[in-house]
Amino acid sequence: MTGATITRTSPDHRAAFRPATFADVLRSEWIKLRSVRSTFWALTVTVVLGIGLGAVISAVSAHSYAKFSPSEMLSWDPTGVSQSGMLIAQLAIAVLGVLCISSEYSSGMIRTSLIAVPRRGRVLAAKSLVFAVVTFVVGEVVCFTAFFAGQALISGHAPHAALGDPGVARALAGGGLYLAALAVLSVAVGTVLRHPAAAIAAMIAVLLVLPGIAQALPDSWRNPVTEFWPTQAGSQLTSVYHSAHTLQPWPGFGVMCLFTAIVYAIAWTLLDHRDA
Amino acid sequence: MIEALGLVKRYGSTMAVNDLSFSVRPGMVTGFLGPNGAGKTTTMRLILGLDAPTQGSVTVGGRSYRDLPSPMREVGALLDAKALHGGRRAYDHLLCLARSNGIPASRVEEVLAIVGLEGVARRRAKGFSLGMGQRLGIASALLGDPAVLIFDEPVNGLDPDGVHWARTLMRTLAAEGRTVLVSSHLMSEMALTADHLLVIGKGKLIADTSADELTRSSSRQSSVHVRSPQAAELAARCRQADATVRPGSTSPAAAPEAGTGGGTGPDVIEITGMDSAEVGKLAAAHGITLFELIPVRPSLEEAFMELTRDSVEYQATGGTQ
Repeated sequence: MTGATITRTSPDHRAAFRPATFADVLRSEWIKLRSVRSTFWALTVTVVLGIGLGAVISAVSAHSYAKFSPSEMLSWDPTGVSQSGMLIAQLAIAVLGVLCISSEYSSGMIRTSLIAVPRRGRVLAAKSLVFAVVTFVVGEVVCFTAFFAGQALISGHAPHAALGDPGVARALAGGGLYLAALAVLSVAVGTVLRHPAAAIAAMIAVLLVLPGIAQALPDSWRNPVTEFWPTQAGSQLTSVYHSAHTLQPWPGFGVMCLFTAIVYAIAWTLLDHRDA
Repeated sequence: MIEALGLVKRYGSTMAVNDLSFSVRPGMVTGFLGPNGAGKTTTMRLILGLDAPTQGSVTVGGRSYRDLPSPMREVGALLDAKALHGGRRAYDHLLCLARSNGIPASRVEEVLAIVGLEGVARRRAKGFSLGMGQRLGIASALLGDPAVLIFDEPVNGLDPDGVHWARTLMRTLAAEGRTVLVSSHLMSEMALTADHLLVIGKGKLIADTSADELTRSSSRQSSVHVRSPQAAELAARCRQADATVRPGSTSPAAAPEAGTGGGTGPDVIEITGMDSAEVGKLAAAHGITLFELIPVRPSLEEAFMELTRDSVEYQATGGTQ
């Protein structure tokens, strides 16, 4: 061990090297993401609960369909019921997104990362892109699998949906897009706040707490919140039916993307100017 | 080649680095010395673009670090052995760093072999000892086969075998013509490793000199350590010859290499103002028996302590009562 030679090349004879590219940083971030256990567990939770919870709720709801009141029957949304697991899935994605940058701050890895890639914007962009793509793929698998499993369990007990029904394909594809946008937002929030606990708390506030509080407010306050709150607006893309005081699917998703872009810009600026 | 020009870094009201200018040349090991809190790590963070200087600039190979197109190919750095994700395997940690600079995966195996971590490459880093962490950090610094290497306290936590290995590694890297900057708060370590020294205290440059020059410029004079059954007589003779004689000192300066004798006691004296040849001749002329006659130069450590005495940030007040 002590007698090991250092390198066979002297600095004068080193092989010519090409400048590092964004693709190199993407490969690096992909290795980072797949080489820690939190990724495996968070994605397992997303898949298992996303599909499983959807299936269970589909089966239970379908069996009680016969006892529904006429108004409940009118608002029966077999696609939405099969996607019930999304609530948990989005939390798992938000936590993982926050962790993949804030754990670098808590461990000190961020210094090693920024020494390797001093163009810091590239680190943030690569991390966001890699995680968004992984989330999108997993999200689409979960949404479509949960849909087919759910409809199989519903059929025979209650009206079920088919992929060709109006809005269904868009809502299912929208699930992956919504989670991908949420993935970028989580990475950006993790970058701004740096502390894992603070960033996870912030994401839970964005996803659950603030929309929950809004429900307790008078209509004049609640309606604009449900209409324009980024995650509420974005989730319109994932529902087949349009309800009152909500945006249309694509404009709603646009609002979420705009909000994400603003937080991302703040994260980029802070990362670039802060001492690491 | 690393060049700093009027480097200043202020954190709030604290001046971490104060008007630092220096250059670190290739082909030698440059020791970066200073007491704890002197600004060594801050300076290295400024070199590596982790912190932005309040004033001044620092360049590596003529360019600011953040403008290097493939930084790991040009500069290898070990700042903090714990700056990694503990849940990641050593191999994956190095692979993600290699990929980020377009370095082939085969190089990861090479550097693992250089630092002797092949056997634990598949283990997660959180189970590593501090010494293994240092080796992993050194491995990541070597990934890009860079011409400039920066190590912050690299021997911390290494066992004696590891310290010897790290010392040899740095000397070999320098002998290959690379620029090697190594920080330490231990002068004794630097005395064995560094050719050139940058000494800082409270963020300011105190000395930019070779190791030899530093001891020579020390205000402490060379002395001669003598053990003799006729010590009192010799002391009197020496005083007549205008030399200064003190009873055998217990200071580290008078204790030569461990294991070569040189104890203390009533028969031990320390003479300044005469060299060992003069003392020997004087003793012979008067028939005085000598058991030990050792010329003592002030150690690098003493020269360092003297230099940084006024700039030690956290000083013990002495005594335990």
